[in-house]
Amino acid sequence: MSKAKQELIPLNGDESVAYAVRQCDVDVVVAYPITPQTIIVERFSEYVHNGEVDTEFVCAESEHSALTCCLTAALVGARTFTATCGPGLALMHEMLGVTAGYRAPVVMAVSNRALSAPINIHCDHSDTMAERDSGWIQIYVESAQEAYDSTIQAFKIAEDPDVLLPTIVAFDGFVISHMLEGVYVLTDEAVKSFIGERRFPLVMNHEGRAVQFKLDPENPITIGALDLYDYYFEHKRQQEEAAVKALEVIRRVHEEYAKLSGRRYGNGLVEPYRLEDADIAIVCLGSTVGAVRTVVNELRLKGIKAGLLKVRTFRPFPAQDVAEALKGVKAVAVMDRGCSFGGRGGPVFHEVRSAFYDLDERPRVVNYIYGLGGRDTPPLLIRKVYDDLNEIVKTGRVKELVQFLGLRE
Amino acid sequence: MSFTWKFTAREIAEKPELLAPGHRMCSGCGAAIVHRLVLKAVRGPTIVTHPTGCVEVTTAIYPYTSWRVPWVHTAFETAAANAAGIEAAFKALRRRGRLKYDHVDVMAFAGDGGTYDIGIQALSGALERGHDFLYVLYDNEAYMNTGIQRSGGTPLGAWTTTTPAGTKIPGKPEPRKPIEDIVVAHGVPYVATASPAHWMDLVVKARKGLEAKGPAFLHVIAPCPRGWRYESSKTIELSRLAVETCVFPLWECVDGEHKLSAPSKAIALKPDLKKPVVEYLKAQGRFSHLFTPEFERVIDEIQRVVDKRWYLLLKKCSV
Repeated sequence: MSKAKQELIPLNGDESVAYAVRQCDVDVVVAYPITPQTIIVERFSEYVHNGEVDTEFVCAESEHSALTCCLTAALVGARTFTATCGPGLALMHEMLGVTAGYRAPVVMAVSNRALSAPINIHCDHSDTMAERDSGWIQIYVESAQEAYDSTIQAFKIAEDPDVLLPTIVAFDGFVISHMLEGVYVLTDEAVKSFIGERRFPLVMNHEGRAVQFKLDPENPITIGALDLYDYYFEHKRQQEEAAVKALEVIRRVHEEYAKLSGRRYGNGLVEPYRLEDADIAIVCLGSTVGAVRTVVNELRLKGIKAGLLKVRTFRPFPAQDVAEALKGVKAVAVMDRGCSFGGRGGPVFHEVRSAFYDLDERPRVVNYIYGLGGRDTPPLLIRKVYDDLNEIVKTGRVKELVQFLGLRE
Repeated sequence: MSFTWKFTAREIAEKPELLAPGHRMCSGCGAAIVHRLVLKAVRGPTIVTHPTGCVEVTTAIYPYTSWRVPWVHTAFETAAANAAGIEAAFKALRRRGRLKYDHVDVMAFAGDGGTYDIGIQALSGALERGHDFLYVLYDNEAYMNTGIQRSGGTPLGAWTTTTPAGTKIPGKPEPRKPIEDIVVAHGVPYVATASPAHWMDLVVKARKGLEAKGPAFLHVIAPCPRGWRYESSKTIELSRLAVETCVFPLWECVDGEHKLSAPSKAIALKPDLKKPVVEYLKAQGRFSHLFTPEFERVIDEIQRVVDKRWYLLLKKCSV
């Protein structure tokens, strides 16, 4: 399958991320443990204490400080990594915006966990969806294998001089983080040479000299000045440009990695499944994609033209790819594992529905909120969604725009 | 801890100013003097970091900066975490052959808001983990940047906009948090207090803090003409009175052992030199409401608090 030498080893999602980080030539890892991300921090501690890495590893006293340390370490020129989820990500929130605003290419793994309250340690996407507008790239994966592959890609994407944006690799808490899987891993050398060393674009310092964009005593620059109404807006516009450019970089890095590993996840932005002739389709992200794929296969055997679109990159949002992939589909159900309270549907629904607005031919698009707080979503429920879509195609009518899937009512 | 750095006043004066003139700190600002003096102790490649606060907003307003050293600000509660991340990065880069310097000093400056209150968690974490950095607390005893609101460092009885001199409650009801004792309790190698009135002592202590292996903490009193309500020409006078009244005694704690610094030691040896706190209080508008028959009891209470802390300090210093 692949060009590079690979080994199949048993790893859960957390371990696969820790394994990738070990290989990514990371200078500084700072983290604070939180269920279900904990195993990442534990495994990495073992690498450090057994001398398998010479990374500087800091057990911070909070997630807020963990990200802050990663941020300033990155500004000094270090390659940095952290991991968190749920309430830990919420505590980081302030620094997420600062990290993106300072264009620091920190990579973070998030093992998705529900936000409090009520407190709940299990999976939903309310944590990362709440950071939708924080300026970070967000990649959602469906397996430990993809978590491994995407963590490696994340460093290369984040550090690309056209991008320089921090990047989250999100994977479902417990469902992926704790599930043991056979994971193909590349050699340490292959990963190291794939990512390469950090590159620093030149910026103009206050003395009018072009210097590398990092804190260096020989070439002093000021990072974090007060930026008022005369410049703030332009800086934010630059950040938006970088986010848009990231679409192409994510696609390119994914392609380069596919050549190395033989593994491909659509085009890196979206991954269509049996959509070519589909009448009905589900759009979702994360581990649920696997269950939906199974149901699609079942339905296809019965002659039902069902398809699936996995959204892998949620920020920046690949609206064109989504619209293109779903062309010709008559009814689409978007599944959201998070709720935008009072917002008429979840965050993925809003993006997908909006992607169709300017097209002449638009499918009917409905929304299912599912799996909050780790509620299981068995194939039975997914079949129900496709049944509903068939009904919409048949009657031409949408009974309910937003429904709750698997809820006791 | 062996310390050999010697300097003359002339040498200090001739060292480059790392904080360029043209910044927007107020005239008479204690923090500005403190920064200028501490930066005279720099010994080589250095990175400076600040939390959000007076000095941050007055020294770096895009596209201008007063910083001739690499400088970074991230948020309000992050001074120590900023420093920890920078230090961790240098350690890693050096170990991994990616650093062109033998050593880079890391200095965090923060006010009382960023230290006593919102930043204490990050500070405590960084001290416990033993990052090698110097943390300078420039203490103007209230949130001056947002317009004089109380902090955990605001002294008993002081007027601020959130502890007004009311008819029922005369200023701040609580004494300040003993932040320097909290830092000492972390077991760090070097903790000291300093006053810009004793500038030589301040510069030496900053240098000792840089040379200490591990976290060092320098607590410097930084009078604020706007917030303390006094003439901007009186900053050094007040900095000296704070020491003479034992409101702000000068000492060092090296590897857990306290030692009085010369100006305070003189008072310890000759207690007659100790001035009553009223002299310090009457020089500041923020205490003026206490000079009324109704509230003068607070002045006695302030004197009691100062005496008690001075007594405990003398015991710690085995005087």
